[in-house]
Amino acid sequence: MSDPKITPELIRQHNLTDEEYQLILKQLGREPNITELGIFSVMWSEHCSYKNTRSLLKGFPTRSSNVLVPAGEENAGVIDIGDGLAVAFKIESHNHPSAVEPFQGATTGVGGIIRDIFTMGARPICAVNSLRFGKLDSPEVRRLFRGVVAGIGHYGNCFGIPTVAGEVYFDESYEGNPLVNAFSLGVLRHEQIARGAAQGIGNPVFYVGPATGRDGLAGAAFASQDLTEESAEQQRGAVQVGDPFMEKLCMEACLELLATGAVAGIQDMGAAGLTCSTCETAARGGTGIEIELDKVPQRGPGMSPYEIMLSESQERMLIIVHKGREDDVKRIFDKWDLPWAEIGFVTDTGQMVVKHHGEVVADLPAAKLADEAPIYHREAIEPEYLKETRGLDLHSTQDTTDVEGDLHALMAWPTIASKNWVYRQYDYTVRNGTMVHPGSDAAVIRVKPDSLPVLSEDSPNRDVIPPEKYLAMSVDGNGAYVYLDPYEGGKIAVAEAARNLACSGAVPLGTTDNLNFGNPHNPELFWQLKEAVRGLADACTYFEAPVTGGNVSLYNQNPKGAIDPTPTVAMVGLIEDPSHITTQWFKNEGDVILLIGESLDSDDPYQGLGGSAYLKVRHGLKKGLPPRCDLTVEKNIHNALRGWIAQGAIQSAHDCSEGGLAVALGECCISGESARHTPHLIGAEIQLKRAEQDRLDALLFGETQGRIIISVPSVFVGKITGQAEVMDIPVEKIGTVGGKTLSIGVDKHQFDWDLSKLHDAWFNSIDQIMES
Amino acid sequence: MTQVDTETELSTISDQGNASKFSFGVLQFPGSNSDQDCVNAIEVLGHEAHYVWHKEESLGHLDAVLVPGGFSYGDYLRAGAIARFSPVMRALADFAENGGLVLGVCNGFQILCEAGLLPGALILNRSLQFRSEFVHLSTVNSGTPFTKAIPADQLMRVPIAHGEGCYFADGSTLNEMESHGQILWKYATAQGDLEDHANPNGSVHGIAGVCNKAGNVAALMPHPERACQEAIGSADGQWIFRSLIEHLKDAK
Repeated sequence: MSDPKITPELIRQHNLTDEEYQLILKQLGREPNITELGIFSVMWSEHCSYKNTRSLLKGFPTRSSNVLVPAGEENAGVIDIGDGLAVAFKIESHNHPSAVEPFQGATTGVGGIIRDIFTMGARPICAVNSLRFGKLDSPEVRRLFRGVVAGIGHYGNCFGIPTVAGEVYFDESYEGNPLVNAFSLGVLRHEQIARGAAQGIGNPVFYVGPATGRDGLAGAAFASQDLTEESAEQQRGAVQVGDPFMEKLCMEACLELLATGAVAGIQDMGAAGLTCSTCETAARGGTGIEIELDKVPQRGPGMSPYEIMLSESQERMLIIVHKGREDDVKRIFDKWDLPWAEIGFVTDTGQMVVKHHGEVVADLPAAKLADEAPIYHREAIEPEYLKETRGLDLHSTQDTTDVEGDLHALMAWPTIASKNWVYRQYDYTVRNGTMVHPGSDAAVIRVKPDSLPVLSEDSPNRDVIPPEKYLAMSVDGNGAYVYLDPYEGGKIAVAEAARNLACSGAVPLGTTDNLNFGNPHNPELFWQLKEAVRGLADACTYFEAPVTGGNVSLYNQNPKGAIDPTPTVAMVGLIEDPSHITTQWFKNEGDVILLIGESLDSDDPYQGLGGSAYLKVRHGLKKGLPPRCDLTVEKNIHNALRGWIAQGAIQSAHDCSEGGLAVALGECCISGESARHTPHLIGAEIQLKRAEQDRLDALLFGETQGRIIISVPSVFVGKITGQAEVMDIPVEKIGTVGGKTLSIGVDKHQFDWDLSKLHDAWFNSIDQIMES
Repeated sequence: MTQVDTETELSTISDQGNASKFSFGVLQFPGSNSDQDCVNAIEVLGHEAHYVWHKEESLGHLDAVLVPGGFSYGDYLRAGAIARFSPVMRALADFAENGGLVLGVCNGFQILCEAGLLPGALILNRSLQFRSEFVHLSTVNSGTPFTKAIPADQLMRVPIAHGEGCYFADGSTLNEMESHGQILWKYATAQGDLEDHANPNGSVHGIAGVCNKAGNVAALMPHPERACQEAIGSADGQWIFRSLIEHLKDAK
């Protein structure tokens, strides 16, 4: 077979610039062949190399005393949770594939992140997701939403992992370019941490998992260009097909093999498939690797080296085994009826050598390929649009005259409405670990002894039964805030995740983030990215929740422009005592309702309405400046809340976010649920004070940060308010739990909502849109 | 009708520390995923559980066998359709033939129907979507090894998680099943009423679980093994396992 000549046209088709091609020539000292060009193009795509963002990501805090494997070192970060146990977690995007083929795009997104977790030697015990779509009045958006949710559900349900939490926003900026960010978390003992390094010269390299096909050719490169209608259609072949059944078997076999001690290094074949896994393991090991493609299981005859190397067929792993332990691989993978093949060995050359029919088809320096992609410092310019959005004069919008209607409209707004249409398609009870189901501020799962991967037979810890641990998880990211003020918006995404954890009783352990932004070559879009990263980094530092890894997804555009810049922040926290686990809904008639935090930020010219759901829903505006996030105040509040939870004082805790105080109160009254068609509706009588200059809509629907609604038995009220005063934390009694309505009094006005009507508007809103 | 007091009530009759432990087998097919939950439930009740790999041709000595939920063989072709050909299924059929107690859950129900050990079939939910939620179960026949410990009028709040859980059997089969008391559980409202809106998948007559004519093989779509501890939302599922244990004790 003769290779095509490398022409400027071919180089452009591979998304490589002239400068990048010159760098390749310099690194190789010769022209690459077509296979090598393909390898460079995927390894130097943004998806694999972070070439446009690496310099920004350096600002993230990545260390703490609990971090065992920091960001960037392996497939996922690992954090100590005490008693010899650890968690591995990460979030990753599958936006572009999901825009083209929503079901398969989403399934393979979930599959990819689960593989990252078990590659670390951890057993994945839960999944979480963060989704963004256009507005649901478009049939195409409904098709994407339906497909993505079904795909996420299918993968997790079949694999047997509970999907326990998530968030969904609907906004026109995501039309045609949905965001599908999937998170998974696994648990392991410290001694079980596996490494993705090709160690031990002469060690054999195994390929395990299903055969390689032509699906997903160069998906990483596809994810690193603007998404247009044309590219979407052309790139259909770049979308992989997921098989959760195969991945379940592959994970069980890998964990069983890891327990034998035969494994020297393990790496999943995700983006850029065989290419990325071979050159990254060699780069990490400081070694070389040589493989023969004839030995790679292939789905059909006649696949070229280019196709085999760039295929992104799913559920495949690369395993480097200590020489002499080959039989362990054979025995275990035969037991699970999984294909395996010995395809090569570790060398001391530093080169990644690929042979096909005995001939060398690629011979590249592994470390340079993996670690020396060009790094760009892109130009950043403050966007023009901010002049207009910051120019909003709140006086030009009338204060509300229909408070009852406002709350109904907000509760039924798909972004705020109950997501039960989504999570009822996700198995969230499998593995007997889910303690707080989807629908509260954060999900809580328990880590029990059978959550862990099996230990090797000679481990000294085999008879040690670890204590149960309790983990809380939340994922957050309000794109409108980031659009209006990327720095403040970035901070808020982290603060809200930390606040949700605090409401569940948890202390933050670490963060994983997914940066979903537009084309980095556009200076205004790059400015959004740069500022948002600065905000995220400041807040993660402040909350002592280091970033343990994550993902960057750029080029999120539709023909109308870029998406709202959307960092999604998944934070994991630890709860020491199961009695501290707290949920958001009111529990008992007669409990006193307290508001922690200022009811309204009087220094904010927009009184918390900038970028709010209320302005969007009732006035059609995405303008103003988002509410300000004071990290000091936030952290004090979270610490105080956890203290009161530990004292046993707190019956419920719910943070105020989209829709403000009134929506949060509504949710406290109606979001409890024990079974199908069995909501627990419980009323509340609220009386709010208002300063003269405060707008009514701002008081009820403004999104001032740092606010939490708690309910407590009356005996604790004095203690809490006393302690709050000492700690300089504003806490105000605003009402009492009880009755059949939500009643809010402001000055002499009285507003009432029938709970079953409010529940119907909130609970059935998305179902009615999707199933009518 | 209350679920709240279940755990306290149940703990008083728990077998913890009891020397006479029964041995439960939990079949493991490729793709089983609630197998671990079955083992967890049995251990919570103070008894022993052992995995039985699908390639095994013999069950060894077991007091009862659980066929767990999951996606055996990826649910390709039809849920449960391939698993029935596993070597272990021949051993299971012999075990059942000899009167051994077999309980299937979710995918286990589908497998037992495909294998002909239970009447009827499970088809796609009428919603055409996967459904995951807690439901209430009403016990229709309390005179079986799977229901004998469930107090009269005790509703059980347990989760479902399935895409193909709509039970179907033809009219004459249903009549025969009813006359033999083979319908064990139906979906109910929180008040215990057998109303259509309590039925999450469109099952005929709201049927959630059934048994064979001999009364020693039963299965249900909901997951009692995921509802054996209040910490994870409900302990009502214990009633079904308590029934099995009580039956095994009585048979001794």
